[in-house]
Amino acid sequence: MNRQRLKAKLIKYFLQSCGSLSIIIVLLIFLFLFKEAIPFIGSPGITELFHNVWNPVSFQKEEFGIVPLITGSIVVTLLAIIIAVPFGIIGAVYISEIASPKEREFLKPFIEILAGIPSVVLGFFGLVVVSPLIKDVFQLNSGLNALTGSVLLALMAIPTIMSISEDAIKSVPSVYKEASLALGASKLETIWKVVVPAALSGIVASVMLGMGRVVGETMAVMMVTGNSPVISFNPFSSVRTMTATIAAEMGEVTIGSNHYMALFWVGIVLMLMTFGLNLISYRVLKKYGLSEK
Amino acid sequence: MVDIQADSKVKVHVENMNFYYGPVQALFDINLDIPEKKVTALIGPSGCGKSTFLRTLNRMNDIIDGTRIEGKVMIDDKDIYDPMTDVVELRKKVGMIFQKSNPFPKSIFDNIAYGPRIHGVKDKNKLMDIVESCLIKSALWDEVKDRLEKNAMGLSGGQQQRLCIARALAINPDVVLMDEPASALDPKSTLKIEDLINELKKDYTIIIVTHNMQQAGRVSDHTAFFYEGRLIEFGATEQIFTKPNQKQTEDYITGRFG
Repeated sequence: MNRQRLKAKLIKYFLQSCGSLSIIIVLLIFLFLFKEAIPFIGSPGITELFHNVWNPVSFQKEEFGIVPLITGSIVVTLLAIIIAVPFGIIGAVYISEIASPKEREFLKPFIEILAGIPSVVLGFFGLVVVSPLIKDVFQLNSGLNALTGSVLLALMAIPTIMSISEDAIKSVPSVYKEASLALGASKLETIWKVVVPAALSGIVASVMLGMGRVVGETMAVMMVTGNSPVISFNPFSSVRTMTATIAAEMGEVTIGSNHYMALFWVGIVLMLMTFGLNLISYRVLKKYGLSEK
Repeated sequence: MVDIQADSKVKVHVENMNFYYGPVQALFDINLDIPEKKVTALIGPSGCGKSTFLRTLNRMNDIIDGTRIEGKVMIDDKDIYDPMTDVVELRKKVGMIFQKSNPFPKSIFDNIAYGPRIHGVKDKNKLMDIVESCLIKSALWDEVKDRLEKNAMGLSGGQQQRLCIARALAINPDVVLMDEPASALDPKSTLKIEDLINELKKDYTIIIVTHNMQQAGRVSDHTAFFYEGRLIEFGATEQIFTKPNQKQTEDYITGRFG
């Protein structure tokens, strides 16, 4: 009798711990990040991070200003979203409202395949195809710049935006469409003036999630953005993102050094940014009763 | 097939109409003349084809894949299924109210202005005039005039349905189709909708599908009884309700089935 109950309890605890694993891991990661980063506040001082130069390995003066890295990430992310949003939303509209069932069944697997391409493979594609193309089209000295990175990141964001927007568009009640058509609106007018506005919250959330994915992406941007930490909002300038900085420098840094701690601060900023984006999209989705699949 | 009072003109003329959902025939050889500026009720048990028939009149069935129609549907002596017919023009002329009120999740003003806007009215004052006059016609003006910018989803069910009527009137139709417009409403709101129908028939030809026999009796001038996809009987409402010619009509009216 008692053994039975004990067993049931143990099983319950086991299941509970599996269920809460993700929370524990997130907390541990935060804790670990801060533990490694905190001594930086004492020396060389937290204000060092707000400087405009990132030059962590130098015989004269080490500089740990993460501003150029943040602007690099922001430029690349915003450009990527500007490219991805029209394709993602128009694609979602096409798949959910215009395509025949056959076309839909043909298209949807390709979106999933696009979502599943490893980013390093996209990086190759970027180096070999996109970068020379952008160099030629805009007549630049180098094709390794923010724009090239953005194009690759847009390819990664499009599947996210498309599939979640499609869900949102599909969940618009068909009575709205009927009402609009019955008032003499054409199919396109109905889509742009009734269906898309009604699905807007889901579409906004899809863009936020796409942005979250783009901000955190590392490999592809590291391969094609040229990696120079300058503060510039010019899409043809070479930039360096936060993610690429961590990935490139973490392997060679002395553990416990100022450089090491500065990289952890970069990680914290990055994590807060993606956390914020996820939080916003979660709020928006929840508020309108949609959920991410 | 039934003589309509000489004083009113035929607005909708249906001749030998058959309708199919894919391989399933839903309407069989319908012949019917609907008079102008009167209320015509379509009654019959669920699945008898009355809603399908209603939706053939503004070609709303077109949006369902695999439907097919044979025969003639003439509105103002024009065949609405002629390949040259502009569906947008047709739907401007033949408005529709649905069973479940379906205002857009926009403001009250934008709901009513939607139709006029897509048909090219841009002038703010003109839109305001349309919105006001349609809300007055649909007996909603006094209730909402102070909150035209508020979202229409905040209105009560009965108000939403009257808003949908106002929205349909805003494109200035000749014919208004109503698919059980009061079936989801409480008795008080239903009464308001019925009063409204009585008011509207001065200017519009109204065709209403209803499950509610008393409602058909109260609001309509003519009644058509459908059964299993066929038009069984059509005539003055009083005659249909007091001395129907067909046994099936009588059985249905007296509540023996349906």
